[in-house]
Amino acid sequence: MAMAQAGLLAAIALMAMLGAAMAHDSQFAIHMGLIALIALALAIYRLRTMDISGEAVPVAADVSGYMDGPVRYGAIATLFWGLAGFLVGVLIAWQLAFPELNLEPYLSFSRLRPLHTSAVIFAFGGNALICTSFYIVQRTCGARLALGNAAWFVFWGYQLFIVLAATGYLLGITQSKEYAEPEWYIDLWLTIVWVVYLAVFLGTLFKRKEPHIYVANWFFLSFIVTVALLHVVNNLAVPVSLLGSKSYPVFSGVQGALVEWWYAHNAVGFFLTAGFLGMMYYFVPKQVDRPVYSYRLSIVHFWSLIFLYIWAGPHHLHFTALPDWAQTLGMVFSIMLWMPSWGGMINGLMTLSGAWDKLRTDPIVRMMVISIAFYGMSTFEGPMMSIRTINSLSHYTDWTIGHVHSGALGWNGMITFGAIYFLVPKLWNRDRLYSLRYVNWHFWLATIGIVLYAASMWVSGIMQGLMWREYDGLGFLVYSFAESMEAMHPMYIIRALGGVLYLAGALIMAFNIWKTIRGDLRQEIPMGAVQAAE
Amino acid sequence: MIDHKKIETNATLLLVLSFLVVTVGGIVEIAPLFYLENTIEKVDGMRPYTPLELAGRNIYVREGCYVCHSQMVRPMRDEVERYGHYSLAAESIYDHPFQWGSKRTGPDLARVGGRYSDEWHVQHLIDPRSVVPESIMPRYGHLATTDLRTDDIADHLNANAVLGVPYSGEMIGNARADLIAQARTDGEVEGLQIRYPKSQARDWDGDPGRLTEMDAIVAYLQMLGTLVDFTSYEPLADANLR
Repeated sequence: MAMAQAGLLAAIALMAMLGAAMAHDSQFAIHMGLIALIALALAIYRLRTMDISGEAVPVAADVSGYMDGPVRYGAIATLFWGLAGFLVGVLIAWQLAFPELNLEPYLSFSRLRPLHTSAVIFAFGGNALICTSFYIVQRTCGARLALGNAAWFVFWGYQLFIVLAATGYLLGITQSKEYAEPEWYIDLWLTIVWVVYLAVFLGTLFKRKEPHIYVANWFFLSFIVTVALLHVVNNLAVPVSLLGSKSYPVFSGVQGALVEWWYAHNAVGFFLTAGFLGMMYYFVPKQVDRPVYSYRLSIVHFWSLIFLYIWAGPHHLHFTALPDWAQTLGMVFSIMLWMPSWGGMINGLMTLSGAWDKLRTDPIVRMMVISIAFYGMSTFEGPMMSIRTINSLSHYTDWTIGHVHSGALGWNGMITFGAIYFLVPKLWNRDRLYSLRYVNWHFWLATIGIVLYAASMWVSGIMQGLMWREYDGLGFLVYSFAESMEAMHPMYIIRALGGVLYLAGALIMAFNIWKTIRGDLRQEIPMGAVQAAE
Repeated sequence: MIDHKKIETNATLLLVLSFLVVTVGGIVEIAPLFYLENTIEKVDGMRPYTPLELAGRNIYVREGCYVCHSQMVRPMRDEVERYGHYSLAAESIYDHPFQWGSKRTGPDLARVGGRYSDEWHVQHLIDPRSVVPESIMPRYGHLATTDLRTDDIADHLNANAVLGVPYSGEMIGNARADLIAQARTDGEVEGLQIRYPKSQARDWDGDPGRLTEMDAIVAYLQMLGTLVDFTSYEPLADANLR
């Protein structure tokens, strides 16, 4: 078995080396070289750890019966990629304020921005989803992950996807389709990993001991299936050469635009919403020790959310060359989407009924509650911005950037932090976190950071939109484009400072988690305790 | 509820139903764009990119210019005055991928062709703040010092032809020669201009001794939005109302 695996890895390494040698462009050669190196290292590792005693050695008994290795690695990977993504975000925020910070060709804004969005959405968010879904599906099904080591393949395969995508952007390998930038061979690899992910998740559901499938798993399942559909359709492409990195997407122009935004909006809808709602439906009830508020509401909002979300893509294309009927459909469904979104928010918040006092003593609950509050806010702002009249002002401006970040930093970031704080002591068998007071510091730094970010982008975006359309009494445009850019400079500095605060909070988290994994406990006055008089 | 128990106790049913539910919206919205005839306006003048323009477009895609520049003028008074005629669907039929963009950190480029001189573009790409002091654009000076790759240009045209872009066998066969001819002031351009009407040929980057990526990107920028003949376009014709 080990020999066969090592042989397979060596064969992959050889193929990749051939690919590197025969590559049509240097970027493709670098990627194939990277794959060859990784495969070769794995093959050697496999051979060195091979059992040559000739007898089957019993595997160490797993006490819990659950497969938590990939979950532990996933928690660390989430944190690592989160830090990387936030750091790149802070860097590009400063680049917009001070353009001399651009270092061509590899570290210019245009190559780093996709690195930032992919690192945060797919590396940080994706690892959080894979890690928590593997944890939750085992606990709620009472079953170990299906298909043996396939979960490890999903974890490492996904990391390889991230590394290839990220290095590719810096080298100039990109399709320049927003949130779908990786080129054809990286897309193919992700498809394989994703299908295995679906198989592991579904296999575990099949093995469950509980008769009912828990609501969190409905969301995870629909997230995995829909992302597979979106990814495959949007990334259909014809490579120029099978030994080169460049491809041409199948769809062009107006059809390409709608397929792209059908994909990208539902990357938000299913990756960043449905999947993260699955996290909410497990970790919030667990942390506050209360059942989900309403079973009926979960059913209604699940089906209406997944049905309506998929229609909302055209609101990214208002007033473009997309036919009006499609724009109108997109707008109407986006507004309707407000209802199931708030259904989810209400179900999450009301789960705290009878446990609101925990907000005072438990900063992890505080984090989860503010994440749901930001979810509610962004899912109100989104439908509002999808109204044509408002969109005519907000589109192409920083308002969109602010909206995205109140969702990403507020909802996705905070719920993930809450989940990791919940998971780590359990996964490493510790009594509690190293420090709850550090969690509180993280909470406030992150919250103030988001407020600075969102507020500065509202001002910048609305100002920009108004300056572009301002006419004087004689019917002339008042401002040149360059003047609107100059006016945004102070807002860009405030935004970057907001990002610095958010990153600082995440650094405190990394320290806290590291100490927790080591098993240290900080001596501190418990949260909410009355301080003894001096 | 209408017995939701059946669904939530059966993983296969849950999978199939949720998949069906999410396919509806996509089918209703996207599929008609491929067969409704009035999706693309009837215009004169559209042609595929010349090999040099295509190479320039690939540099635009590689560098990620879409991150800050849109190529989609909306039909509002201020945009039409600032950038020119609003963009038509017909203008991006050969764009694999489309580059409409979603953010204007810099201005729209859908009709930037012919608005500035070649020298301005070269200078602006090398050092944006030397011509626009308020600019926050990164420098792209490396384009002027990197030789343009030409040996595989026919493969690029061929891949586009597979996707339905009307590149003829003759166009693909002459791809490399056309590319080089278009980047010279003294090139043999007769065939080029028959194959690609309205195409202009000159030394774009001010460095006649060398064929660089700067030549290609400037050639691309200078043709953006210039193909459609708006004197013959009737926005209110039945076929163009959408």
